[in-house]
Amino acid sequence: MQAASVDFTAKDTTRRATLRLLALLGVAGIAGTARAAAPGWPEEAFRQKSQADALKLLYGKPFEASDKVKLDVPEIAENGAVVPVSVSTDLPGVTTISILVPENPFTLAASYTLPEGTLPAIGCRLKMAKTSNVIAIVESGGKLYAATKEVKVTLGGCGG
Amino acid sequence: MASTIRVRAQANGTNTEVQALIQHPMDSGFVKDSNGVLIPPHHIETVTFTHAGKTVLTANWGPAVSKDPYIKFSFKGGAKGDDLTVTWIDNLGKTDTLAAKIA
Repeated sequence: MQAASVDFTAKDTTRRATLRLLALLGVAGIAGTARAAAPGWPEEAFRQKSQADALKLLYGKPFEASDKVKLDVPEIAENGAVVPVSVSTDLPGVTTISILVPENPFTLAASYTLPEGTLPAIGCRLKMAKTSNVIAIVESGGKLYAATKEVKVTLGGCGG
Repeated sequence: MASTIRVRAQANGTNTEVQALIQHPMDSGFVKDSNGVLIPPHHIETVTFTHAGKTVLTANWGPAVSKDPYIKFSFKGGAKGDDLTVTWIDNLGKTDTLAAKIA
């Protein structure tokens, strides 16, 4: 009787241990397949659906509109899959430039880190799901400046 | 296999202008294939440009960047014949790197 009970406990412990191990493996497995994020990639900011949340995670401070930020986008984009966007500024000491498309499934489209010596002018191409504002945020001397322009999209570029 | 990266870097004496084109599907995870099955996200997360041991630009990209991404920027310095190294890493951990000569 005694032996059986001991045996039971032992079995129970191993079972628990096995379960715990499996659970750990499961979690690690999920994390492993879903995430192998590149070092320095601000994953959380890229997962946000609202502009406020994405900016809060990326910068955590408010921005002000500035005509010193030049945002060059087409007025009408026939193909939302390829929308040329370029951002430039006269502001000194620019450290980051980010581009947001609030109507996209994920607001944040791209964020660039500019070391000293890199000119504050970036050109790239983005996908836009539908007609939306495009917001360019420039971080200069620790402050945020923004420019906003609307792009009319006739054919969405995020599938669906 | 040919590199997925194509770079044109041109020095004009004071600055170097860089244009890069990367072959990548940049699947957003919202698009369905012809059978109606969602294509899982597969996009570049970071691209780093280095010149003379110094990073000149880090790009953090979400799935909203277009397929076969293009990027253009300039940095101060850089001379003809210098190496400019481009490296990208995507969300599946794939990576590619290329050292191009500045023209």
